[in-house]
Amino acid sequence: MAVTEEATTTSEGTLDIDEARVVGLFSRLWVPLRKGVGSLELDSRLFGMIAGLLVIWIGFHFASGGTFLTSRNLWNLTVQTSVVAIMAAGMVLIIVSRNIDLSVGSMLGFIGMFMALLQAEILPRYIGFDQWYTWLIVLAAGLLLGAIIGLIQGAVVAYAAVPSFIVTLGGLLIWRGLAWVMASGRTIAPMDSTFQLLGGGAKGSVGGTISWIIGIAACVGIVLLLASRRRTRLKFGFRVRPLWSDVALTVIGCAVVLVSVWFLNRYFMPEGLARIYAAENGLEWPEGGLQIPFGIANPVLIAIGTAIVMTFIATRRRFGRYVFSIGGNPEAAALGGIKTKRTVAFTFMLMGVLVGLAAAVQVARLNSATSGLGTLQELYVIAAAVIGGTSLAGGIGTVFGAVLGALVMQSLQSGMVLVGIETALQDVVVGVVLVLAVAADVVYRRRQTA
Amino acid sequence: MNPHGKGAAPLVELREMSVSFGGIHAVEGVTIHLYPGEVLALVGGNGAGKSTLVKTLSGAQRADSGTILIDGEPVHIDSPIDAKMHGVETIYQTLALADNIDAVGNMFLGRELTTRIGNLDDSSMESAARTVMARLNPKFDNLKSPVASLSGGQRQSVAIARAVHFNARILIMDEPTAALGHAETDQVRQLIRQLKEDGLGIILISHDIHDVFDLADRISVMLQGRLVGTVMKNEVSTDDVLAMIIIGKLPGEISKSELADLHG
Repeated sequence: MAVTEEATTTSEGTLDIDEARVVGLFSRLWVPLRKGVGSLELDSRLFGMIAGLLVIWIGFHFASGGTFLTSRNLWNLTVQTSVVAIMAAGMVLIIVSRNIDLSVGSMLGFIGMFMALLQAEILPRYIGFDQWYTWLIVLAAGLLLGAIIGLIQGAVVAYAAVPSFIVTLGGLLIWRGLAWVMASGRTIAPMDSTFQLLGGGAKGSVGGTISWIIGIAACVGIVLLLASRRRTRLKFGFRVRPLWSDVALTVIGCAVVLVSVWFLNRYFMPEGLARIYAAENGLEWPEGGLQIPFGIANPVLIAIGTAIVMTFIATRRRFGRYVFSIGGNPEAAALGGIKTKRTVAFTFMLMGVLVGLAAAVQVARLNSATSGLGTLQELYVIAAAVIGGTSLAGGIGTVFGAVLGALVMQSLQSGMVLVGIETALQDVVVGVVLVLAVAADVVYRRRQTA
Repeated sequence: MNPHGKGAAPLVELREMSVSFGGIHAVEGVTIHLYPGEVLALVGGNGAGKSTLVKTLSGAQRADSGTILIDGEPVHIDSPIDAKMHGVETIYQTLALADNIDAVGNMFLGRELTTRIGNLDDSSMESAARTVMARLNPKFDNLKSPVASLSGGQRQSVAIARAVHFNARILIMDEPTAALGHAETDQVRQLIRQLKEDGLGIILISHDIHDVFDLADRISVMLQGRLVGTVMKNEVSTDDVLAMIIIGKLPGEISKSELADLHG
């Protein structure tokens, strides 16, 4: 990210030469890069995805005349990705357990509508408008509703043994219909002023300083995580990666985090907003204006937090291990004494909670709810998980991959908007990319096992 | 029939076990018992009910009637966990491995070690797995790859290591050598002898009459869900056992012409 950013800022107007240079650099670096990455023991599939994402970004950057890889665009991209990323993190576990959830888009509409009605029409009757705790009640109620809906669907799938495709296809129709019925098709707006902060925007971002603090904390986390893993493995006398490789991983990880923070922090408030901000914070308005960064947006932090928690659940907890074993061999899981039905029901409940969270972000961001909220989102969520390497046959997938998949999908869409491709063709491109990504994955996996 | 002298209670006894699926009696009134340090071979044709019978002991199949006694005490085994709590470990014919998970994860499947706050303790599990595997199959150290990428013998090692690590007292092996090559089969046979010396009671289901005569102390034969009989290996010939499997008659009961038909 840093390299390309510098390349374009220093060579505006000489895009052709720059392009050739970048491509040449890339191919010269490729072979040693692959060898080096090999000894880092990273998933080479993941590496391919990141490379693919970079190709998309750089491609759109040139195609759009240098507007894609700007702080402003990438900042927006992160916000737009967050809703799908939150849900994709849960969809991974559903698909890994050999199930599917087609209802998440409709559920998002239903829960979003419920939360909107609650804060705009129901709660004000009892506690008035804009209490400081309104958002907490609404969010808790939304998450609870998501958990209940997810649990109902999961219980039917697990205990009544109805295929999840059917159960959640029913859910897709049911929740969409009820979202309309609940508000008789009206649009509900506006939202509680504190609740709106969940959706991002100038106030719903943490600002430059806190962004840096979060970035540095993340770096400390990376260092501690890798160091403690190395220490444990040494203590047990297991083989460890060469030290340089652990150090390199730490440096790369921290660099990615810090460069991202730096880049996002260069998206500054437009003058109007900045003047309001300055007035509110008692700052003097100087001659040349103030450059006040938005900082990382709240929805992005929510999505990152979700991804970290879900990764932890998937890889470090028994529940996650059980989900993967059910996906690998349901019979073996049952013979191992795992309560497979309860585990599957719980994955759907977890999915429901994440849909509730995503609904809160979406409603807050739009500052309104319509009965069409979340339409077709289920397909983007499933596509994100699958592009991110989740196997529909079950047993294989990572949360990080799914989040990257969501980023790939959103990058394609915003890139095409920037380039000016019409909507119908955008869908064509996304569809083609989905099929190509999975085809590449199938070929890759076949070569791996052969 | 007790090779360890009269008076000692059997390690396990399945008494009058019956299982039916729909109207079909898969197992009907079968009684077998097993002593510590003994290998009991359970043989019979396809559909004789061998696997169903042992599944009642391993908790994978509920019996319609019958009693299971361990150390002379009646016990209830309603799930694989119950069985494991009583020291019954099973190596299934299918091995019951999750292909997408590594050897360590499969060994501890359903019984993961956790840290104080409930996180998976991968290092302790890997360490324990390496200890067991060093004994069972020292050449196999690829414990962190998904088991899908392992050879048949290595997969078998993982399933056996699971039983050994959790200190099985009663080990059920369903066709342990069916999918293995020659060298690997020898390895498993050697292991069975070793476990027997350690004092485990082993129930061995096998189609391979050589395995049976090589390893077993006693042989129980099943036909169409019923027990034909149990014989001491040293007192019978392979022909006797084949006659039991196919015709369902004990060595003393069989006529010359029936024996001739068997070879015809």
